[in-house]
Amino acid sequence: MLKRRTLLATSAALALPAWAQFRVEISGVGATQVPIAVLKFRDEDKTAPSAPTAAIVRADLERSGLFRMVEGATPLDETSQPNMSEWRSKASDALLAGSLSRLADGRFDVRFKLWDVVKGAEIGAQATAVDPGELRLAAHRIADFVYQKLTGDKGVFSTRIAYVTKGGGRYTLRIADADGEGGQVAVNSAEPIISPAWSPDGRELAYVSFENQKAVVYAQELLTGKRRVIANFRGSNSAPAWSTDGKDLAVTLSRDKGSQLYLISRTGENPRRLTTSQAIDTEPVFAPDGRGIYFVSDRGGGPQIYRTLVSGNGNVERITFAGAYNISPAISPDGRTMAYISRIGGNTFRLHTLDLTGSGQPVALTDTSDDESPSFAPNGRLIIYASRAQGRDVLMTTTLDGKIKARLVSTTADVREPTWGPYGR
Amino acid sequence: MNTMHARSTIRRSRGLLALVAAAALAACSSPVKLNNTAAPVETRTGTTPGQTATTPAANSTSPSANSSAVKPVDLTKADTMATGPAGRIVYFDFDSYVVKDEFRGVVEGNAKALSADRKLHMSIEGHTDERGGREYNLALGQKRSEAVLKALTLLGANDAQLEAVSFGKERPAMQGSDEAAWAKNRRAEIVSR
Repeated sequence: MLKRRTLLATSAALALPAWAQFRVEISGVGATQVPIAVLKFRDEDKTAPSAPTAAIVRADLERSGLFRMVEGATPLDETSQPNMSEWRSKASDALLAGSLSRLADGRFDVRFKLWDVVKGAEIGAQATAVDPGELRLAAHRIADFVYQKLTGDKGVFSTRIAYVTKGGGRYTLRIADADGEGGQVAVNSAEPIISPAWSPDGRELAYVSFENQKAVVYAQELLTGKRRVIANFRGSNSAPAWSTDGKDLAVTLSRDKGSQLYLISRTGENPRRLTTSQAIDTEPVFAPDGRGIYFVSDRGGGPQIYRTLVSGNGNVERITFAGAYNISPAISPDGRTMAYISRIGGNTFRLHTLDLTGSGQPVALTDTSDDESPSFAPNGRLIIYASRAQGRDVLMTTTLDGKIKARLVSTTADVREPTWGPYGR
Repeated sequence: MNTMHARSTIRRSRGLLALVAAAALAACSSPVKLNNTAAPVETRTGTTPGQTATTPAANSTSPSANSSAVKPVDLTKADTMATGPAGRIVYFDFDSYVVKDEFRGVVEGNAKALSADRKLHMSIEGHTDERGGREYNLALGQKRSEAVLKALTLLGANDAQLEAVSFGKERPAMQGSDEAAWAKNRRAEIVSR
């Protein structure tokens, strides 16, 4: 970990428009940020104009809220001997430089080096040969390398997200990089698709499709496109959530009248009823320990978040008390924080967090009014959620303190239903 | 009376609209259209297929029994709505699942049709306005469709003839973010399967 210095006169450095290429808009200032210079990789304009490596790395690091970009004009690459006193005078704690070159077999040689400017020492370096289609992924992996070296935490920039776009009367389930770019189509439909959920191994998505004029839960292998029905019982079938071992899904079924929670195998067999109430029970999500299930129920009047056990001993514990309308729980990977949507007043729906370890009060993370569908990054440091801006459905990420937010995905379509995939791809 | 009720319900329903349209085509029901077919048939004799496109008859909008023109039948919502939404839609108050008295006629009419023909099957699609979460709204819409299903069975329909489903807030009848639009979207639609 780097020792951070107090910095006073570097606000001009913030003007670096890393997001200009990505249309990622970052707002807010974090409390403690590592100042870092990420220089343009040598020959990146020439060899990889569609995947501007340095700009991708900068945008990733900025979105995390833990870094602040320092501008530098001196061209360097991984073989350079940087003048450390020059970078110290720019008040940068770290420096990243590298190069891209095309290999004879068509792949790209991506090299970089990271320096600790304070100590004047090299932190690490890597060289990788990647296929042209993986240049963007290579850039995210460099950002992960920097993030891990400088914060001690695992980065999530090379993970994937899923989301649904609605445009031109079509609904499209897409898989994209964690910055929302490089999207690939998983499903294209004339009917709505909602509630995508990643299998724990990241190979499958479960989701709700209305293609049969009713809500049916499917699972789909991303690599092959092979689909299977998880739940298509009489009535509505919705809200899939994978168990932590990936063997079962919790779903909401109305087959016995009323929306109730069931467990069903990943092959769509052996449905077992999990809740028995006269009320709506829906939006199940597994606790990271695999034993608890958080869900939404209006058994107390309005919708609130409750917790029960997968073993189904019937005990149900209420989790939210503040506010009359609390829905869409997401649990952090360490099980300590719940993100959810709370209605404030009449028509304001806002992303909140609640500390699950004590008697903490809910914390509002945004000042927007149409937040939906929060989902944690696998390292628990960011939350992705849907909101509205300029009359359009948009995707946002926020740090857990709500201080750094970024808007993802540049498109004219409505973007919604984000869900963050697991590590590994 | 029963027959009339049943027929009007069928005509409004989505699934059977195709049958009605197909029957109309086969029977060439309109006498006006039949009279108009004479001219195009005469013009076509002696013309090659290549020339047909440029003849005035080919540009005419009059349908012809011999013409290769295809009249599309669009079975999207707009068409079924045009046949009379009042007979198959129940509207709800905000945050409510009560089938109001003013929609008793809708429920009675469909219940009669269902009890008159036990082979008839219908779906009841519940909908909500745009406010709130997608999954919770799906459950709310389900509650509305189940309320209508219950009302239908109390008036003689068999449970097995019916399926209550929900679209939540995913398929609004009217775009907009005001009470006028919301009121039109809080509904249950009775559709033939």
